[in-house]
Amino acid sequence: MATINTDIKVTPQIAAEHGLTAEEYARIQKILGRDPNFTELGVFSVMWSEHCSYKSSRVHLKRLPTTGPRVVQGPGENAGVVDIGDGLVAVFKIESHNHPSFVEPFQGAATGVGGILRDIFTMGARPIAVLDSLRFGPITSGAKAPESKAGQAARLKPCPDEPAAEELTRNRHILDGVVRGIGFYGNCFGVPTVGGEVMFEPCYANNPLVNALALGIARREELFFARAQGAGNPVIYAGAKTGRDGIHGASLLASAEFSEESQQKRPNVQVGDPFMEKLLLEACLEAMRTGAIVAIQDMGAAGLTSSSSEMASRGGLGIEIDLTRVPQRETAMTPYEMLLSESQERMLLVAERGREREVFEVFHKWGLDAVEIGRVTGDGLLRVLHDGRVAAEIPAHALAEEGPRYQRPMAAPKASATAPMRPEDFLREGADLTENFRRLLASPAIASKYWITEQYDSMVRTNTRRGPGAGDAAVLRLKGSKRALAIKTDGNGRWGFLAPRAGAMHAVAESARNVACTGARPIAATNCLNFGNPEKPEVMWQFSEAIDGIAEACRALETPITGGNVSFYNETLGKPIYPTPVLGVLGLLEDAECALGSAFCHEGDAIVLLDGGGASAGAESFSSSEYAKAIHGVVAGAPPAIDLAAEKRLIDCLVQLAGERAILSAHDVSDGGMAVTLAESCFDSEGFAADVDLGAQDAPAEAAVFGERGARAVVSLSPASLARVGAIAAQYGVKAQPIGRVTRGEFRIQYRGVPVIRGMIDSFRQAWSESLGKALGSA
Amino acid sequence: MKFGVVQFPGSNCDDDAHHAIGAVIGQPVEFIWHQSEQVSGFDAIILPGGFSYGDYLRTGALARFSPVMRAVDRFARAGGLVLGICNGFQILLEAGLLPGAMMRNQGLRFLCRQVHVRVENTDTPFTCRARAGQVLQIPIAHMEGNYFCDAATLSELERNGQIIFRYATPEGRVDERNREANPNGSLRAIAGISNRERNVVGLMPHPERAVELALGSADGLVIFRSMVESLTRRGAERVSA
Repeated sequence: MATINTDIKVTPQIAAEHGLTAEEYARIQKILGRDPNFTELGVFSVMWSEHCSYKSSRVHLKRLPTTGPRVVQGPGENAGVVDIGDGLVAVFKIESHNHPSFVEPFQGAATGVGGILRDIFTMGARPIAVLDSLRFGPITSGAKAPESKAGQAARLKPCPDEPAAEELTRNRHILDGVVRGIGFYGNCFGVPTVGGEVMFEPCYANNPLVNALALGIARREELFFARAQGAGNPVIYAGAKTGRDGIHGASLLASAEFSEESQQKRPNVQVGDPFMEKLLLEACLEAMRTGAIVAIQDMGAAGLTSSSSEMASRGGLGIEIDLTRVPQRETAMTPYEMLLSESQERMLLVAERGREREVFEVFHKWGLDAVEIGRVTGDGLLRVLHDGRVAAEIPAHALAEEGPRYQRPMAAPKASATAPMRPEDFLREGADLTENFRRLLASPAIASKYWITEQYDSMVRTNTRRGPGAGDAAVLRLKGSKRALAIKTDGNGRWGFLAPRAGAMHAVAESARNVACTGARPIAATNCLNFGNPEKPEVMWQFSEAIDGIAEACRALETPITGGNVSFYNETLGKPIYPTPVLGVLGLLEDAECALGSAFCHEGDAIVLLDGGGASAGAESFSSSEYAKAIHGVVAGAPPAIDLAAEKRLIDCLVQLAGERAILSAHDVSDGGMAVTLAESCFDSEGFAADVDLGAQDAPAEAAVFGERGARAVVSLSPASLARVGAIAAQYGVKAQPIGRVTRGEFRIQYRGVPVIRGMIDSFRQAWSESLGKALGSA
Repeated sequence: MKFGVVQFPGSNCDDDAHHAIGAVIGQPVEFIWHQSEQVSGFDAIILPGGFSYGDYLRTGALARFSPVMRAVDRFARAGGLVLGICNGFQILLEAGLLPGAMMRNQGLRFLCRQVHVRVENTDTPFTCRARAGQVLQIPIAHMEGNYFCDAATLSELERNGQIIFRYATPEGRVDERNREANPNGSLRAIAGISNRERNVVGLMPHPERAVELALGSADGLVIFRSMVESLTRRGAERVSA
């Protein structure tokens, strides 16, 4: 055997520069029985990075429920898989691309979409939908300072003073680049971008979040896994050539905080080519059908290194590759660069020995490189050859599975995030709620996202029954089946900040409730956990709390977690983002024809509030609402108490009502409370308005109209169905309160018998629909 | 009768066109690979939407050089029906089978939305089943759909009845300067044109996405059904001749 390349002598100092601690370096020396060479050090540093090894999160992730009757594949593969009947499986996962999207918004977001799509088709599934959860800093000058007596004192620290104009401009620029990047990739690739959500908070200004979820469909028997088999089988490289882009993306970009010099990391961002990915998709699916492929994995984070070592490790085998044979688009690349490159649109395959030609032919038909670069071995080693020398030789299992695991110190913050505030501390007597409502509708978090979503092709592949804005969740029909899938992402960072556990539970509950509002039964979930620096005990405590919240809610709502992604180090200059778990929940509709939208359907229909129960009106949690933030500049107290049993009752009830076609629309009560929910059901309709009376509750009018809490949905139905809907609701222990009817012209909400909001629906619609375009039109 | 749907590298509405013709209107349909050098056996050819060759250089600029386009050119000049949808329209422009060019949308952004188009000429094999002035709701999804041609070409198009579809309000009013009624800023709100012989049509909206009410609109059916009727008539004429 040739000698190990040791051109650069590795020292503990160099190891530290690679982000490895002294203990981690000592462990590497022990595993190898010698000092690593420079290339091997690079390989360890990416594979043991936070991003690839989950070293801080793994001990906590174990607490998540990951099994269930429909789960075919839980966490640990490229994506989760659930059985959806008719011999079909749904393959789905969510992933973050936060730091690259800050450094280079267009390419960062584009390659985020590209990466998650590869995770789906690597498993043999054809992607049918993408959703995006985005978080940005403010794009418009925000709420006025609270004018109440306690207001100034309680004004929240992370909600700083009015952002400067250049900050707003920069945030708009980031949003614009991210939206263009998502559209660029998905539109060209040919997958519909069908939904997601966008929120704005100052904490995301220097650390936006770009979480992309992809969903695919496969026949169950056609699934592929990334598990190498058969020593002697050829290892084939397919797709784009390797360049110097994205080197150390996983370790330097994704696993470290940001500083003022972060823009210098731009070369670490990958560059995407959706056309290449489209070819790769078709070639992979076609090559899989030949039956000659044994295992396949995409080259995402840590590229060649992770794909080869993980495939080898999962199969209990080794892999030997010769870098000289790797297709390259730059000259004189070193083994270090080739192993750590994160060039996009590449795949590593293991084929059956003797049938390589069948695989090559398919890739060549699609105009793609496909070359044998090595073989599966029985020795358990990742052996990398270059120019006839061994450039690296490391036990594959050690790289993929024996990374460090940390039980990092945790500490609850000394004081609660903010002092709670009573509504009377910041509400003013005699406020014009109609005017406040108009402002709320125009605030970026609530306003129509049409300006964004119309830049995405939401219809390609002709499966989209409910696209962006048309329902609480996206609904996709399955050609050749009666069934349909519903899918939604959600997460409220502000609530996560105020109370990480409850905030996480709400994220699960709201996604599931949204899915149920389309009539689909929630069956599984995926999560993207966006947090600050895990080396800070308070961040780690937030993370642990969020995991417990997700675990509890997913158990109660019977939506096991089938995969996802952890994104730590979302901090810039030492300031963490709000803890932001984003949940993607998948639902199954037995009959696609029963899918519900959120819009009212006919004049004269009855409007009914379904309430699963739990806490009463939102008075005590009102200071954590979107209204309190947008209108009064208050972010305080705790999110509404959550009652998972009530959520489950409501979900089951909605699924039953939709299945029996007893209701015509359903929309969950969420950001902006009853007023916004009712208005949205009008905005998406054919010009209808609503006239409702919320009755009397033990809360100020503002809290009754704008207050938020879970387990509620507004449905509409023919007046003739009132008794039937009431009876079904009663079976599930859900309160069905008729509150009004669908009208035309004037939109009116009464409380305690007095109109508190009234105005022509068209004027409200205008405020809601034009605001984002106005703010961003010149971006 | 057999339809062919051409597959270029980067086509991504090929499956949708195949589904619309095969599963929805129940006509025989097959894919045609971009390297095919002939298209014999087909009665109508569809150039589907997508990003052929990644839209590198210009939309449609590379696809026109693929082997299949030489065959499509011969097919069209022999009177065969050719329908170019979105990227397919762009390819027909680059190939010189239709006059004019595409610019970026006026707002310089990709637009995906339901739009309304008015049928301007029902005397074509693609619109013979439509009513004159009928308004169809069909979605668009493109970045370069801002149709342009010089004044001489425009007057020729007008004179020969080659403007087949125009963007319009839901009521059928054409308003070139109104971004709602003419979303991409096309010259004279042109959404689709034909060649002089009217056997080649290109349009930016996606009729294959508007063939099932469950997905929002079935107004695109009239285009495919017109093609079927024309081909049936041609077949009958051939038999009787």
